[in-house]
Amino acid sequence: MSLDPTIFLAIIGMALATYVTRVSGLYLMRGVMVKGRLKTALDAMPPAILMAVIAPTILTTGIAETIAAALTATAAFMRLPFIAAILIGVISVVLLRMILG
Amino acid sequence: MNSSMREFRQGALEILPVLVAATPIGLLWGTLAAGKGLSPLEAGLMSGSVFAGAAQFVALEVWRDPVPWMLLTVTALIVNIRHVLMGASLSRHMRGIDRRWHPLMMFLLVDESWAFSERRVQTKPLTLAYYFGLGLPMWVSWTTASTIGAAVGRSFGDPAAIGLDFAFSALFISIIAGFWKGPRTGAVLAASAITAALVKFAVPGAWYIIAGGLAGVAVAALLHTNEAP
Repeated sequence: MSLDPTIFLAIIGMALATYVTRVSGLYLMRGVMVKGRLKTALDAMPPAILMAVIAPTILTTGIAETIAAALTATAAFMRLPFIAAILIGVISVVLLRMILG
Repeated sequence: MNSSMREFRQGALEILPVLVAATPIGLLWGTLAAGKGLSPLEAGLMSGSVFAGAAQFVALEVWRDPVPWMLLTVTALIVNIRHVLMGASLSRHMRGIDRRWHPLMMFLLVDESWAFSERRVQTKPLTLAYYFGLGLPMWVSWTTASTIGAAVGRSFGDPAAIGLDFAFSALFISIIAGFWKGPRTGAVLAASAITAALVKFAVPGAWYIIAGGLAGVAVAALLHTNEAP
């Protein structure tokens, strides 16, 4: 088990930076009345951010990833259990890469 | 069983499918980290203290020798800036929970636990026990899986060959589907996806996450009408 000082410094830096982002949101909305258009905007944040994280992977990696993403989305919208939708995505990406690659 | 226990169990049960999907992703991250020269101790320390999957994957992309600790810190800040917005949104629903717990709750804030909390508050109030039921199993499994991944190292073979690299995207797609409320959600998602993909090409680093998120939120605000929810 080794612990390199520079790696340790990087871990501390990343951990602190990440915690700052997590905790500062608490103080951003203190005393703000959230309703109407602001509420609609905030409510849209979960899907918008999750989509932004994965968009480059599912749209610009290759056709296999894009089709697999569409299949996963179809499964999820059919209200299949979580794990089933994820398995469909993972299995279809492997098959599509074999066929298309 | 008292109500806190029930709430904790409820959260843990709901997050269970996510754990099943996230554990291979944690193993994968540990494997990649070992490939970059991190020891199992270092990999476990990072997962336990940073506890942010997307940021940790991006960090490994940036990782080289000598370790650019400043760049890694700034990158973590940028990738995780979305937490500010997530925390701001969630704080609206934390008013019934003792303030002393808020800092620890925020440490456990990840995309998945946050998404489940936001979905729950649409029907009933958020409780501390439910939130910990989501967050603590996530933390334990993520930290454990990445440590094991780093210890076992490359013996897993190529993760892409068994589609594991896609599990993260598939997990997120499944969570997004739970937020669908009609065509307006479709417009929000399209704006976010297109913006993120374009910004990723044009701007180095992780700004695409913020750009896409803000584009989606802007579209939601534009489409807002007073009669409809």
